Amino acid sequence: MSDHTSMDSIIVRLAGDSGDGVQLMGSQFIASTALSGEDFATFPDYPAEIRAPVGTTFGVSAYQMNIGASPITTAGDTPDVLVAFNPAALKVSLPLLESGALIIINNDSFTARNLTKAGYEEDPRETGELDSFQMVPVAISHLNLEAVKPHGLSKSDSGLCKNFWALGLLMWMFDRDLSPIEDWIKKKFAKKDVVRDANLTALHSGHAFGETAELSEALPRFNISTADMPAGEYRGITGAEALALGLAAAAELSSRPLLFCSYPITPASPLLHRLARLTDLGVGTFQAEDEIAAICAAIGASYGGAIGVTSSSGPGIALKAEAMGLAVNAELPLVIVNSQRGGPSTGLPTKTEQSDLYQAVYGRNADTPMPVIAAKSAGDCFFTAIEAVRIALRHMTPVMLLSDGYLSNAAEPWLIPDIRDIEPIVSNAPPQPDDSRDTQGMAFERHPQTQGRPWITPGMPELMHRLGGIEKDIDTGHISYEPENHQRMTDMRAAKVNSVANFIPPQALELGPDEGELLVIGWGSTFGPIYQAVQEIRRFNSDVSYTHLRYIHPLPENLGELAGKFKQVLIPEMNMGQLSTLLRDKLGLKPTPFCKVTGLPFLITELTERIRSMLPPVVKAVHDPIAKGKAS
Amino acid sequence: MSAMLTAKDFTTSQEVRWCPGCGDYAILKTVTKMLAEVGARPETTAFISGIGCASRFPYYVETYGFHTIHGRAPAIATGLKLVNPELDVWVVTGDGDGLSIGGNHLLHALRRNVGLKILLFNNEIYGLTKGQYSPTSRVGTRSPSTPGGSIDAPLSPGKFALGAGARFFARAIDTDRAGLGEVLKAAHAFDGAALTEIFQNCIVYNEDVFADFTDRKTAADTQLHLQHGEPMLFGTDNEKGIRFNSETFSLEVIDAKQSPEQLLRHDEKNKVLALLLVELEAPMALGVIYKDPGESFEKSWYAQRLNGLTRTGKVNDALRSSNTWTVT
Repeated sequence: MSDHTSMDSIIVRLAGDSGDGVQLMGSQFIASTALSGEDFATFPDYPAEIRAPVGTTFGVSAYQMNIGASPITTAGDTPDVLVAFNPAALKVSLPLLESGALIIINNDSFTARNLTKAGYEEDPRETGELDSFQMVPVAISHLNLEAVKPHGLSKSDSGLCKNFWALGLLMWMFDRDLSPIEDWIKKKFAKKDVVRDANLTALHSGHAFGETAELSEALPRFNISTADMPAGEYRGITGAEALALGLAAAAELSSRPLLFCSYPITPASPLLHRLARLTDLGVGTFQAEDEIAAICAAIGASYGGAIGVTSSSGPGIALKAEAMGLAVNAELPLVIVNSQRGGPSTGLPTKTEQSDLYQAVYGRNADTPMPVIAAKSAGDCFFTAIEAVRIALRHMTPVMLLSDGYLSNAAEPWLIPDIRDIEPIVSNAPPQPDDSRDTQGMAFERHPQTQGRPWITPGMPELMHRLGGIEKDIDTGHISYEPENHQRMTDMRAAKVNSVANFIPPQALELGPDEGELLVIGWGSTFGPIYQAVQEIRRFNSDVSYTHLRYIHPLPENLGELAGKFKQVLIPEMNMGQLSTLLRDKLGLKPTPFCKVTGLPFLITELTERIRSMLPPVVKAVHDPIAKGKAS
Repeated sequence: MSAMLTAKDFTTSQEVRWCPGCGDYAILKTVTKMLAEVGARPETTAFISGIGCASRFPYYVETYGFHTIHGRAPAIATGLKLVNPELDVWVVTGDGDGLSIGGNHLLHALRRNVGLKILLFNNEIYGLTKGQYSPTSRVGTRSPSTPGGSIDAPLSPGKFALGAGARFFARAIDTDRAGLGEVLKAAHAFDGAALTEIFQNCIVYNEDVFADFTDRKTAADTQLHLQHGEPMLFGTDNEKGIRFNSETFSLEVIDAKQSPEQLLRHDEKNKVLALLLVELEAPMALGVIYKDPGESFEKSWYAQRLNGLTRTGKVNDALRSSNTWTVT
């Protein structure tokens, strides 16, 4: 295959109208990428409207993917290949590209009307503004219509096949086997013969176009290096899938059923959809009438002995706050998953942000402490879900798990774990019935190390007791308004959450030496870009280290000491500095915040620039092999 | 089968802390007696309440009990019933808790037909917060928050329930032990959401608000006790009855002796009749007004899950069920 351009990795961006099927095209391409053994990361970027006005820039839906040799941790900054289905998609994506990028446009869509809708006064194909790129205009609409005509679909239905036509072309460019996509189409449209056949025709036609068209001179073909990943069995996974499977795994590891109660909200709903299909794993789902009912039903489930889980995004989490207080006071286990999005209020429902950290740690009435943990990548959502359930059951407390819109939808290849390697989850066993004792008090005999009380549930004979959100006596469990008792109960609740720190691993570094000039601290989904950026910097300057937090509250006990060994601490966050505040509050650190709230993940270049600005100038030459050796 | 229990077995050691003379005492007594009579077991019975005077109820019943947050008891009870459908789950709420702050949850528990026995203590006032008017207060109710009299139209719990799609609606008076006991037994036996409105006298903030039909001296002429299949008769000598006026599409009182052929017979499965009965104010219709069983929410929920919440698969298999590839 001498005509192939070999690359270590490549960034491909597909962009079109929100009805063009770009997300589907992207996820299918990624499925084939996974099977060819390349590492990848994806970034679906779509508008809040299901079908925004056709042809407009705000209606553009994009799917960006970075594929190739590992480690690939972000969807990449600058696309090497852009497929633009219309002028608006071109306009929105162009600023991301660097000279030399390959642009495939659907030439049919560059009509005067579409150009106007996209805000182009002149046709960009003629103004010279695309001269620095490799432009390949393809009549995608027309070629697709011609190809699927024999199937007799209406013109508009035929047009819907064009994403598969374009996918066929892309598959040819990347020398991919079409069979996984053919299988998918056959399964998806099993009951619609005509639609199935038309889409298969479109796929093959696009592929054949690449092979036979005279344009093939202009269309480069890519041979992407396969990733150098640890040996084992892999699959592609999104954060929402990993959360769902992680919760199911936690149920299995604790031998408990799990009831997931939720109300639809973007971008949290995919978790409900995934779990609704896991009925054979002891998982039940309940779509409640509102956010409050969702958390309350989950509390009812926990009260009944199942693992109660609720999920939402920022605005919905706000509505659940009072019920979280009930779970804290009733000392019941519960997991609350927050797939964060841009805010305040409705904000940017489909865009990502990390701005609910204050809400998670501090956002309840009264002294109502609750453990908070965060996932760093799609695959990590699996393990974080298990950890959330483990903490909830060990300490009999609600736990907040922070994810975000980016993690929910982003896909990555994932080394599939064997859950037999994961430690089983233990819950606080009920005591033996004892006629001589008051059952009310028996329900509140807390474990001295965890403050977890026995998980006694309705149905258990001779252990009846009354539970409530009202303050209770620390020993007898009966209602108590005694001043001293309230102090003791408040102290107990604080001690309970603080005791979580005794069960978590010490904070470790992802990269770099354990002392020096600069420590970068990250949390949540910024792991991908920060890791990549720090690694890049370290090729030239070894005086930067990186640590990434899973445990937000309580913090790992050694974090203060670890951070204290560096002259400076930088905290990049997709908010206005919330982790910085927390670390100032809890550890007295004086970090430098690096904030971004555009609704989009950090670019690697933004981070490298910022990190570089905090480091003393490098004296050694960039290509000094000794410096390089030290860094690795 | 364990030994028969008595009302005393369902009574906790806790000192009851309602105002002296509160209607809640009578309801508590009738409920514990009913639990013993229907053969309920303390360990498989749970009382879930929200916030308000009525919601203190679980502390006084020797079963499982959960005093939760304002208005949310039906939602919490739904979660509990889903994970353990074998339990007898009772919800105790009031007019403020169930129809104001928690109106949404009550509505959905009823329309879903979740197997909850819901006791709505209606005293037409907010008692625990010291006497503000409630969503069932009559227009003109003077209260600390409405010194000039309330202006908003009251909500009818019966119409609310029937409108929401409830399949069981009954009414009783707090101190009418026989009548209340009877509807509670019917609610207990009902497979689905059963809402019982209990006219409860708040002696501190809304005393005698129901006196026009609860006064024992005039009760025979002001109360219509419904029995399925029986003619609708009332009065000291059953001399009065109810007929349907097809001109006005409403129920009206007639002389039962003169026109016995026009008497309506109660049909608890007739929803139109139920709607007419909850509209009726004099006499006040009491007893099981509507009862038309349908499959409960939890039954349908489990029907979609052949193994219930039992695990039949392995997560390890689920993890590998999509396209996988091996790196060597």
